Amino acid sequence: MNPLKRIIAFYLDGFRSMTLGKTLWKLIFIKMAILFFILKLVFFPNLLKKNFDTDVERGNFVIEQLLQQAPSERSSH
Amino acid sequence: MIEAMDLTAVNWARAQFALTAMVHWVFVPLTLGLSFLLAFFETFYYKTGNPEWKRITKFWMRLFAVNFAAGLATGLILEFQFGTNWSNYSWMVGDIFGAPLAIEVLFAFFIEATFFAVMFFGWERVSKRFHLFSTWMVAIGSNLSALWILVANGWMQHPVGMVFNPDLGRFEMQDILTVITSPVAISHFIHATSSSFLFASLFVLSVSSWYLLKKRHLQLARRSIVVASVFGLAFSGLVILSGDQAAYDNAHLQPMKLAAMEALYRGSEPAGLVAIGVLNPDKRPGDGQTAFDFQIHFPFMLSFLANRELVSFVPGIDDLVFGNPGRNIEGVTEKIIKGKAALESLALYRTAKKNNDHAVAEQHLTTFRTNENYLGFGYLKSPEQTVPHVPTVFYSFRIMVILGFLFPLVCLVYLYLAMKDRIFDQKWLLRFGLLLIPLGYLASQLGWVVTEVGRQPWAIYNILPVNVAQSNLGAAAVQTTFFVFLVLLGTLLTAEICIMLKQIKIGPEEK
Repeated sequence: MNPLKRIIAFYLDGFRSMTLGKTLWKLIFIKMAILFFILKLVFFPNLLKKNFDTDVERGNFVIEQLLQQAPSERSSH
Repeated sequence: MIEAMDLTAVNWARAQFALTAMVHWVFVPLTLGLSFLLAFFETFYYKTGNPEWKRITKFWMRLFAVNFAAGLATGLILEFQFGTNWSNYSWMVGDIFGAPLAIEVLFAFFIEATFFAVMFFGWERVSKRFHLFSTWMVAIGSNLSALWILVANGWMQHPVGMVFNPDLGRFEMQDILTVITSPVAISHFIHATSSSFLFASLFVLSVSSWYLLKKRHLQLARRSIVVASVFGLAFSGLVILSGDQAAYDNAHLQPMKLAAMEALYRGSEPAGLVAIGVLNPDKRPGDGQTAFDFQIHFPFMLSFLANRELVSFVPGIDDLVFGNPGRNIEGVTEKIIKGKAALESLALYRTAKKNNDHAVAEQHLTTFRTNENYLGFGYLKSPEQTVPHVPTVFYSFRIMVILGFLFPLVCLVYLYLAMKDRIFDQKWLLRFGLLLIPLGYLASQLGWVVTEVGRQPWAIYNILPVNVAQSNLGAAAVQTTFFVFLVLLGTLLTAEICIMLKQIKIGPEEK
């Protein structure tokens, strides 16, 4: 058998012979589905990626935020 | 009490991050430590050919798999939170964190896709030598993955190897080697991994104690106890040494954190280390009240810890907040002035740039560069804001240290009794052993509480306060996702505990 087929057979045999592993894979898949299809899409958008198209726009927005949040009085320096 | 709490968006975002990070850290230390214990168990099998060691390895490997599967991707939730709750921060550090986190993902993928598969599927399918090699690679690889996360965290505690780009509003990596070899990153990595090894030993001791109490799998339990207690004993030394190094680093790089850990308000020469104490709850910086209602301390020890000299000055909270010219310590008021100058020059630089007035822009940039290390102070309204919550840091540190010194003693007692074959009838010890898992978790979590609460109010030390790092979100939105996480992470933890308990109950494969 060529090495690639042997590697594929190794993984297939491994997955087939799993016992506890099947439960754990279910747990992983359910978790991943919740994370990526519910949490990420519904609750956790990347705000800067969503709201701006370019890095320059993102940078400008963040700097504006940084400057706006500074207390209003300025030093004499 | 609840009326007094500040329930703004930033605190909900903080609580959400803390909740997720703490749940993530339930899984991580066991993965890091148990992976190495598996490698040792399997090495005994490889060396002796005794099938009992193989049975032991396979049993602990099963528990490792449960923990790994439950913990997998919990760290990703933190990344989601960066993009939503902490978008300003996330943008600013993207260039610094990008490289270490990309290396971490590549490492994790490479190891999980290859050596994990061999470790779990490869018994009887690959040679004994290659299987052992794969188990060691999983252990080394998992721990190296942790390195990159701790490098990122170390940078937040002690930002080095970067320069702030005033046009893009982000920190840009100048020297990756400086970032990786930052003393904070190194001491955190050694402390976090060695304490995880110790924790995994406590886990094995605890589960083995349960078997001995139930009079099941006696040989497996005894052998596991011998290996785990030697492993735990060896690494507790490293935990103590790296903890000492971390405290030394704090003294020089984050002196406010060390002062909070010790509730040291007025600096002294020499300074004593508080062994145990009860804080005066009314104490505030600069109010002249005594800091303790009761305390026992070791004279000279804090000076030695902080400076490696028995008679030396250790600054207190008041020195750091209000300044101490005699000791050449600048007060926060002066730093606030410099921080405001940095912010003002940044605004003027951008205006001049917009107006194509390059000469003026250059002039303001020079002023900004002079003051940029104080940038974060420009957001503060009062010097006292630089003080973290002292009781949280002080008590967390004490409990962690007391447990950190108790664990090696416990390992020593277990080792002695197991070697003398007297472990089987020590019911008092075995019952106490059942507490080792919760106590181990307590110490491990409190270590992070000290690290993270102790650096407040900063997201990036001295440069970016947490409230400025946060996105412009309403408290209700963050509150909602906090409770979503509470339910989700609670369910995940419950699932892990149920599967783990079931597997422990089932025990190892029959001979």
